[in-house]
Amino acid sequence: MKDKILDALKISKYFHDPATVKVIKEISFSVMKGEFVSIIGKSGCGKSTLLYILSTMDTSYEGELFLDGQSMKNRIESDLAKVRNEKIGFVFQFHYLLNEFSVLKNVMLPGLKLAKFTDKEVEQRAYDKLKILGIQSEALKYPNQLSGGEKQRVAIARSLINDPLIIMGDEPTGNLDKKNSEVVFHIFQELAQEFNQSLLIVTHDNEFAQKTNRIIEMEDGRIIRM
Amino acid sequence: MKLKLITDVSRSFLIARWKQTLVAAIGVTFSITMFIALLSFMAGLNDLLDGLILNRTAHIRLYNEIKPSKLQPVDLSEIYKGYYNFVNSIKPKNEKAAIYNTGAIINTLNKDSRVLGIAPKITAQVFFNVGAIDLTGVINGIDAEAENLFFKFSDYVISGNYMDLKNIPNSIIMGKGAAEKMLANIGDVIQVTTARGDRIQLKVVGYFQSGIRDIDNIQSYASISTTQKLLGESDGYITDIQVKLKDILLAPALAKQYSRLFDVDATDIQTANAQYETGSFVRTLISYAVGITLLIVAGFGIYNILNMMIYEKMDSIAILKATGFSGKDVHRIFLTIALSIGIFGGLLGLLLGFGLSAIIDQIPFVTASLPTIKTYPVDYNPAFYVIGGIFSIATTYMAGFFPSRKASKIDPVIIIRGK
Repeated sequence: MKDKILDALKISKYFHDPATVKVIKEISFSVMKGEFVSIIGKSGCGKSTLLYILSTMDTSYEGELFLDGQSMKNRIESDLAKVRNEKIGFVFQFHYLLNEFSVLKNVMLPGLKLAKFTDKEVEQRAYDKLKILGIQSEALKYPNQLSGGEKQRVAIARSLINDPLIIMGDEPTGNLDKKNSEVVFHIFQELAQEFNQSLLIVTHDNEFAQKTNRIIEMEDGRIIRM
Repeated sequence: MKLKLITDVSRSFLIARWKQTLVAAIGVTFSITMFIALLSFMAGLNDLLDGLILNRTAHIRLYNEIKPSKLQPVDLSEIYKGYYNFVNSIKPKNEKAAIYNTGAIINTLNKDSRVLGIAPKITAQVFFNVGAIDLTGVINGIDAEAENLFFKFSDYVISGNYMDLKNIPNSIIMGKGAAEKMLANIGDVIQVTTARGDRIQLKVVGYFQSGIRDIDNIQSYASISTTQKLLGESDGYITDIQVKLKDILLAPALAKQYSRLFDVDATDIQTANAQYETGSFVRTLISYAVGITLLIVAGFGIYNILNMMIYEKMDSIAILKATGFSGKDVHRIFLTIALSIGIFGGLLGLLLGFGLSAIIDQIPFVTASLPTIKTYPVDYNPAFYVIGGIFSIATTYMAGFFPSRKASKIDPVIIIRGK
C-alpha cells in the first residue's frame, strides 16, 4: 500500500451556466494501490463531478491530476481515451451495456480496443472475469435477458477486462435492491482483498461506505473528512 | 485488428436496426437503378437520333457546286489590276456538276491514313413516269458495297437485297414514299425521264425507308454505272465523294485542306449538322441532372437515418467513449455504417439498373419512320456504371460525414450524468 495510483492536486471546477459557480474547491487527495475508497456526500455536493474529472472524461478543471504518476493535464482526446481504456475501469449507476452485443462481447469490447492480446485470449480473459463474478453461464445471453443485478455484475466484469489500475464507480448500487447491493459490495471487497484492486466508489449509501477502507466525505465542493 | 473491431461494432449497430438500414439502402438502390436506367435509355435514344442523320452523312463531302466564277476575265487582266471592276449579270459557266479527275482524288484519299473509307456518289434529277403524270425525284448513283460499309445502307433497305443494285443491271431501289405513289412492286419495271429528256426503264429490286418522309418521297438509289448510263455520261463521272474519317473531330480541318488540295467544294459534318450535337448535349445534361438529383435525395435519406440512429445510440456512444474508444473511432464506426449502406445499396442499384435497362431493351418500339428499330434503344455504356458507383459512395460518404462527426463529439459525461 505504498504506490500512489491517483493523485489530485488542488482541483477546482466551475459551472458557467447560468452563472459561474465554483462546484469543486481546491480538492487534493490521493489513492494508494489496493485501497478501497468511498466518496460520500449529499446530492449536489460535487462528488460525481469530481469523479468524472478524475476519470479524465471531464477536462475543464483547474489543478493537477496524476494517474500512475503521469499528468493528465493538456492531453489530447484520443490520448485520454487510451488512458481510460487501459488504466480505468468504470461501473455506473445504470449498467450501460450495449444491447446489440452478447454479454461476452460486451465484456470483451474494451479488451479488443486495447488489442494487447489476441481476440482468442481476450475471449478467454472475459470468461475468467465473468467466472470471478459468478455469471459465466450467462455469457452468451444478451443484456436485455438479464436481471438488474446480473447486468451490474457484467458491467463490473467489463471494467476488469484490461486489469485496470483503478476501478471507478458512480453509485454502482444506486439502482439495486438491498440484496444485490450486498452482492456487488462483496465483489468489490473481494477484488480489493484478493486481487489488490484499487477502487474509488462514489455513493450516498452510508452503510456501503462504512464497510470500505477509507471514506472521503464531501460537502459543498470541499472535503470535510478524509 | 482495429479495423476489424470497428467494422464489427458497425455491423452490430446495422443489424440491430436492420429495418432502418434497409430503408436507407433501398433509397440508394432506387436512385442508382433509376440513374443507370435513365442514362442508358437516354444515351441509347441519343445514339439513335444522331444515327438517323450522322450515320448516313459523310464526314466530309467533296462536290463541285455550280456557281458563278469568282474571278472574271477582267480581274485577271494586268491592265485593270489597280481598278475597281464592276461586272453585271454574271451567270455560271455551262459546266458539269461532276468532280474533275475523280480517279486521282480517290487514289489520294485512299492512301490518306486519317481516312476510314470513301464512297463515290452521283446525284441525278429525274422524273418518274406514272401514266400521264411525272413525279420529280432524285436518283443517287452509289457503290452499294462501300455505301453499306460506311453508311449502313442495308439498314434502310426494308425489302429486297441492296446487293441487287450491283448484281442486276438497270435496277433501282425506290424510296418507300415514291414507290407507294407509283404503286411499284418489287420486280416491276418503271420508266424514268432524265433532265435531258431520255427515257430509261429500271427494274425495282427493293424499297428504301430512311425515317424522314421528305427523303423517302424523292430519293431512290441505283448503281453508279446505271446512273452514268442514265445521264449519258462516261465512266469517270462522279458528282460527290463521301469521305468517312477515323476521327470525326478532324472533319472541319480536313475539309478545308481537301478543298484547297483538290480544288473542289467540301463540307464537313459538324458544319452541316451542328444542331444534332447541341441536341445530344442538352439531352445528356438533363439526364445527368435528374440522376444526380435522385442520388442527392437518397443522400438526405441516409443523413436522416444516421442522425436518428445517433440519437438512439447516445448511450452506446457514451459508454464506448467511457471505456476507451476515441472520438475518431466513433466517427469511423458511423462512417462505416454510412458507407456500408452506400456500397450495398449502390451495388444492388447497379445490378437492378442493368436489369431495368435490359427490360427496356425488350419493350417493343415499332415505328414506321424507324425501320431498323424493333425495341427501345439502350446504351450499355460501362461509364454510367462507374459514375453511378462512384456517386453512390460519394453521396453516402457526404451524408454520413456530418452525423458521424456529431457522434464523435458527444460528451459522455453529459449523457451518463443526465440519467
